[in-house]
Amino acid sequence: MSVLVYTESEEGQFKKTAFEVASYAKGVADMLGTEVTAISFNAQSAGDLGKYGVSKVLKVNDEKLQKFNAKAYADAIKQAAEKEGSKVIVVSQSANAKYLAPLLAVQLEAGYASNVVALPEGTDPLQVKRTAFTNKAFNFTKLSTDVKIIGLSKNAFGLKENQTDATEEDFSPSLSEGDFAINVVSVDKAADKVTIADAEIVVSGGRGLKGPENWGMVEDLAETLGAATACSKPVSDMGWRPHSEHVGQTGKPVAANLYIAIGISGAIQHLAGVSASKTKVVINNDPEAPFFKAADYGVVGDAFEIVPKLTEKLKEFKAGNS
Amino acid sequence: MHAQYFSSVFMYLRNPFIIFIYKILRYMKILVCISHVPDTTSKINFSEGDTKFDTAGVQFVINPNDEFGLTRAMWFKEKQGATVDVVNVGGTETEPTLRKALAIGADSAIRVNTPATDGIYVAKQIAKVAQDGGYDLIIAGRESIDYNGGMVPGMVAGLIGANFVNTCIGLEVEGNEATAIREIDGGKETLKTNLPLVIGTQKGIVQESDLRIPNMRGIMQARKKPLNVVEPVDTATHSEAVKFEKPKPKGDIKLVDADNLDELINLLHNEAKVI
Repeated sequence: MSVLVYTESEEGQFKKTAFEVASYAKGVADMLGTEVTAISFNAQSAGDLGKYGVSKVLKVNDEKLQKFNAKAYADAIKQAAEKEGSKVIVVSQSANAKYLAPLLAVQLEAGYASNVVALPEGTDPLQVKRTAFTNKAFNFTKLSTDVKIIGLSKNAFGLKENQTDATEEDFSPSLSEGDFAINVVSVDKAADKVTIADAEIVVSGGRGLKGPENWGMVEDLAETLGAATACSKPVSDMGWRPHSEHVGQTGKPVAANLYIAIGISGAIQHLAGVSASKTKVVINNDPEAPFFKAADYGVVGDAFEIVPKLTEKLKEFKAGNS
Repeated sequence: MHAQYFSSVFMYLRNPFIIFIYKILRYMKILVCISHVPDTTSKINFSEGDTKFDTAGVQFVINPNDEFGLTRAMWFKEKQGATVDVVNVGGTETEPTLRKALAIGADSAIRVNTPATDGIYVAKQIAKVAQDGGYDLIIAGRESIDYNGGMVPGMVAGLIGANFVNTCIGLEVEGNEATAIREIDGGKETLKTNLPLVIGTQKGIVQESDLRIPNMRGIMQARKKPLNVVEPVDTATHSEAVKFEKPKPKGDIKLVDADNLDELINLLHNEAKVI
């Protein structure tokens, strides 16, 4: 009956989102009067999962699952849910979790609510608040199935400590050949770069920066803050930056703690895509730019002067605080 | 005599080389799922006590993530030979959106005559169309920009037992083999798999500049292309959108003077507590 949570890891280490979904699952389990079971793939140990309320960790260790495989992972999670008799399954909204959740929903005949931003409003029936219209609105969705899957938006719930003794158990799901009908040939991922999906802080540039040659100062600011870099739609359409950096309604959503928009006017599609970020800062020479209506803090002025100066001051601040 | 004749024909048909020729000559059958959504610039409002999306004054378009996929389908049609059908689950009001897909170059359209109530309901309707049509490749946007459910492509794949690649930003097909590029958090990966395949598409499968604006000839032709209306299969929904809410209006912005950036750092550190 426990709440099952899929806790993601990379190279054996749990990701921060794993602790967030665990924290959330604990909240749901408390509402249901039950406990939290986590399922991990090739993670070294239960790690800090107990700290965030997990009572049991099902450890899957399988060489064939070294690389993420949506179908096989979904199959394993399904078997774990059946073994534990779980009626609620919590996943993150990482690219991988969004990939496997619909497959899992079909296998378990489960209702699936994606982009959920808060604990359920009630458990019978289970009703959750989620974002819709790319953050331009919220939507309350009722799930009517026996088994339910909740996809928790990043940074929507945060980390909640709840020290629990987590027991570990080896779990060997029986996987079929059909689970491996898709093979990863190569992975191309910059190892030293903060990704928009994982970043706490995102520094983003728009057309106001005039050309790709001026991105050095954006990268310097991002590096100083340990932030990911992003850009507006026109910038990616013009090929100044790769489309993987495009944030907004048709690009990536941003749900960072801090979003800094430099030379971005703030088209409605862009604002929708970044509105889940907690704090927004705008730097723009046009005080009429729509972004000033959507941001928490703003600086009116020339980005080419302000950004390098801000980077210098942040370096001093960081040095003084460490 | 007859038996011998038939057996030699049979042997001929089973010859691997003949099968290979058959496969490369055979056109790929592509189905593109089209969601009918409010234009990205739309102001979002609700009616009937915040239970319904208010369509007053809203312009509807092909879901952008679907349009990127449709454009890639056109590439297959023109460069490799393929037939492209489009499908939508919805009422008559979605037909102009399907006609636009035909004007862009799809061969025929199917409308499943029922409101698109929830993800699994829509996925089951599309799965039925996909199975009846025997499609090799099914393309659907990774999510619609209205409900952002992000589940229909994966569910269709799960229901019909096809392979599935989500957030697909590149696809090549040769015979029965597909090479797909999937966007992952912070990078991309290359995958190899077989048809039948479902892909969840987004920008990157083609570029923004590859998108096509239907010309007059395309629009005229689209009027004559078949738009078949089929009745839905009877199936249960799993979820219900009970009400909507608009985000709370934002508090006023705090402006910081460009000569006083220390103040900005102070606010971010002590007030917002984000650095």
